[in-house]
Amino acid sequence: MEITCSQVSGGVLSPGLDERQNSIITTGISKNRIHCADDSVAGAVSQRACVFCGARVVLNPITDAAHLIHGPVGCASYTWDIRGSLSSGSEMYRNSFSTDLKERDVIFGGEKKLALCIDEIVEKYHPPAIFVYATCVVGIIGDDIIAVCKERSQKHRIDIIPVESSGFISGNKIVGYQAAGNALMRLITPKEGEVISKTKKINFLGEYNLGGEKWLIERYLKELGIEINVACTGDSTVHALKQIPGGFLNLVQCTGSMHYIARLLEETYGTPYIDVNFFGAYNTSESLRRIAQFYGDPSMIERAENLIERETARIKPAIEYYRSKLAGKRAAIYVGGAFKALAIIRQLKELDMEIVFCGTQTGKPEDYDEIHGMLKPGSVIADDTNPAEIERFLIEKKVDIMAGGVKERVLAHKLGVGFVDHNHDRKQCLAGFDGAITFAHEVYTTACSPVWNHIRKTPSWEASNGT
Amino acid sequence: MLECVPEGPVEHTIGKINPAKTCQPLGAMYAALGIHGCLPHSHGSQGCCAYHRMHLTRHFRDQVLASSSSFTEGASVFGGAANLKTSIKNIFEIYNPEIIAIHTTCLSETIGDDLPTIIKQSEIPEGKRVIHTNTPSYYGSHITGFSNMVKSMVSYLAEANEPVKKNQVNILPGFVNPGDMREIRRIVNDLGVSMIMLPDTTNVLDAPQTNRYVLYPEGGTTVDEIIDTGNSKLTLALGSFASEAAGAMLLEKCNVPCISLHTPIGLKATDDFIMALKENFGVDVPKSLTIERGQVVDTLIDIHFHYQGKKVAIFGDPDIVIPLTEFVLAMGMIPKYVLTGTPGSRFEKEINEMLEQYQIEGSIVKAEGDLFELHQWIKQEPVDLLLGTTYGKYIARAEDIPLVRVGFPILDRAVHPLMPITGYRGCLRLIEMISNTLLERRDRDATDEDYELVL
Repeated sequence: MEITCSQVSGGVLSPGLDERQNSIITTGISKNRIHCADDSVAGAVSQRACVFCGARVVLNPITDAAHLIHGPVGCASYTWDIRGSLSSGSEMYRNSFSTDLKERDVIFGGEKKLALCIDEIVEKYHPPAIFVYATCVVGIIGDDIIAVCKERSQKHRIDIIPVESSGFISGNKIVGYQAAGNALMRLITPKEGEVISKTKKINFLGEYNLGGEKWLIERYLKELGIEINVACTGDSTVHALKQIPGGFLNLVQCTGSMHYIARLLEETYGTPYIDVNFFGAYNTSESLRRIAQFYGDPSMIERAENLIERETARIKPAIEYYRSKLAGKRAAIYVGGAFKALAIIRQLKELDMEIVFCGTQTGKPEDYDEIHGMLKPGSVIADDTNPAEIERFLIEKKVDIMAGGVKERVLAHKLGVGFVDHNHDRKQCLAGFDGAITFAHEVYTTACSPVWNHIRKTPSWEASNGT
Repeated sequence: MLECVPEGPVEHTIGKINPAKTCQPLGAMYAALGIHGCLPHSHGSQGCCAYHRMHLTRHFRDQVLASSSSFTEGASVFGGAANLKTSIKNIFEIYNPEIIAIHTTCLSETIGDDLPTIIKQSEIPEGKRVIHTNTPSYYGSHITGFSNMVKSMVSYLAEANEPVKKNQVNILPGFVNPGDMREIRRIVNDLGVSMIMLPDTTNVLDAPQTNRYVLYPEGGTTVDEIIDTGNSKLTLALGSFASEAAGAMLLEKCNVPCISLHTPIGLKATDDFIMALKENFGVDVPKSLTIERGQVVDTLIDIHFHYQGKKVAIFGDPDIVIPLTEFVLAMGMIPKYVLTGTPGSRFEKEINEMLEQYQIEGSIVKAEGDLFELHQWIKQEPVDLLLGTTYGKYIARAEDIPLVRVGFPILDRAVHPLMPITGYRGCLRLIEMISNTLLERRDRDATDEDYELVL
């Protein structure tokens, strides 16, 4: 038995997807606002993950911390070094630590084992901090990880931070980002008597140094005369993160993961924040201007303008080349967060491409409003979509390339649609002016690859075989 | 890279550092993909399902569809029955599979959801099927999960509904790549024995590009075939860890005798496999297979000096590591460290017997180990070659030892799922990979005067 794509698009979405109808809208046609904070439909092949997954991706790039996953081995195995966050120092974070809970631990409780695992890690590695992640089972059996962490923290005199990330709390990674945010706040709160003095440096929240992106933006900011206090959490260390309260300004890049913590930091330390976005030349320029204006220093504003002018001119020939190849091609986007979706929309538009489908796993209503405003009428917007829907829209909308994560790649390829990886485990630097070229190059590579010629042609013998 | 592994020997007694295994549900999902028209279903939190799909997709570079009960806090408190019933209803309505193969997770196991009862109370359309297996993540490994799912396929579906046994064999290939399943099938076909392979991920996870997308690819063991396994004359369980349980169930339920063999990796295991079929089905071994075997022996003789005496560390899943160790020994190499993440004393026993037979002393063999330990051992006494999964690449870089990628998962190289390491062709491929890797290393390290054209 097989279902071909035409059948899928025709019948598969009804009636079972009644519940999904509010999660898909067509720009210029649907009157309703999209539903997006809903839980995924049980039984759906959702592309979403869980709370643990969200917390893990946010904290993982802290390079010199040990990340101990408290639960059966799987959660540690699947998240072992899967982010492309680069480190300029320690490689500690690229190890995978699991308490490897067994049947008897589930019955009698895993607290003792957790404590012993912490002891072993401290003895072997002497990390400045250990993050202890709760998984589903730990939440169900009721291990008091907060108490264990506190007790062991006092014993070893290092930070041992519980992350309350039991997967079942929600199927929405945003909740996991909040769990990570709470853990970070725990880490950076100054100890009694400790004073972190204010500086003129900035904190760069939601920057994970994928492919060295933080380092690139750091160079731009340096040219403006601004130093990064610490990025949160790309290429960060425990010590550097503890200096967060001394920041002058918080830049928020990945809004999904970091608005929550930016607000907490504003409340607690009075540090203001602004949203930035360094994906694409336009976004990069706007962000640099916004930062310079915040400092209000005329010479800094001038330096920013000089940088923008110089870099824009430098990348212009390359971008124009790619635009000539890509103009008019049709793109689909399905990514985790709205921040990324918006960034990709803008970049593809800079290449004169048309975005005909856009979806996210965790977008908020205001995000979808913004996406809505950027797309042409007739485009489709979907929240928490599934492969059947993606497939349907890739075909219906005659998509040439798709931007997404691991699971979407194979689907796109099977349909003969090009693919660009914009997942959190990508290896390329896609930020800043240089990143704009890299991104355009990636889109070009897949959109204009000779491999698609093979799939649009049937083998020569098919006709003579009479099939 | 990972230089933070302590220099001296350190005791590691609790938890896992850099694990060499993953959890049961992943294996169950892989097995379920080997049923035709099947949608695997993960009864637990959404993250589990997403992780398993991602991990399998990264290894096979092909679409892996599976659904989830999408547990929330409520389901975790009140039980997952409502979620599962809704899931079953939705899945048949939306994705319309022939069969749903449900596996549990640590969450639903701990809550204690009673799956047989929930399934009985669910709406299942006429002619459709729902099977389940229990895969508590806190017990065993992904291999255990694979084994449990295959066993459940048999216990739910297999029937001895013919008066006499058919002259056909059940092949339980275990947790191997579709490329291996294809090769095993080719050998059985060449021998002229009719077969049912269970599960069979060929044409599912190595499916060709057909210019269209199908939810359920052509491949996979059909439900009718699974039912018919109960009428077969014999079962060959390849790899005791992944296949023996289903083989035993076929004997118990349908009176089909089962022979447990190694996964046919290497000369001896392939010989044993072919002999088992020859003896039980009275077939002649065709000349083509004899030629293939002769080519392997010829190659081994021609280039034995390239690898003989080299020390090797082997790690991965037990059913692959055991015959691989056997083959490496036959090649004249020294398995210095042999490790699997899957628990089971049988692993250590089998490997130690092989080492004894070859009079090799001073090797370390460990089941339920992790890569921290392997790295520690290598730091104390290095080896010339690593044979194992992608996760060996950290040790390879830190200790400057070449790595030949074999087993699951391989996340940083492509094409491997389509290429067999089983059968005689698999032997040639293993010899080629091992000797080429060692020679590349030799060339890299050679001084100009030692850099030779002919090796």
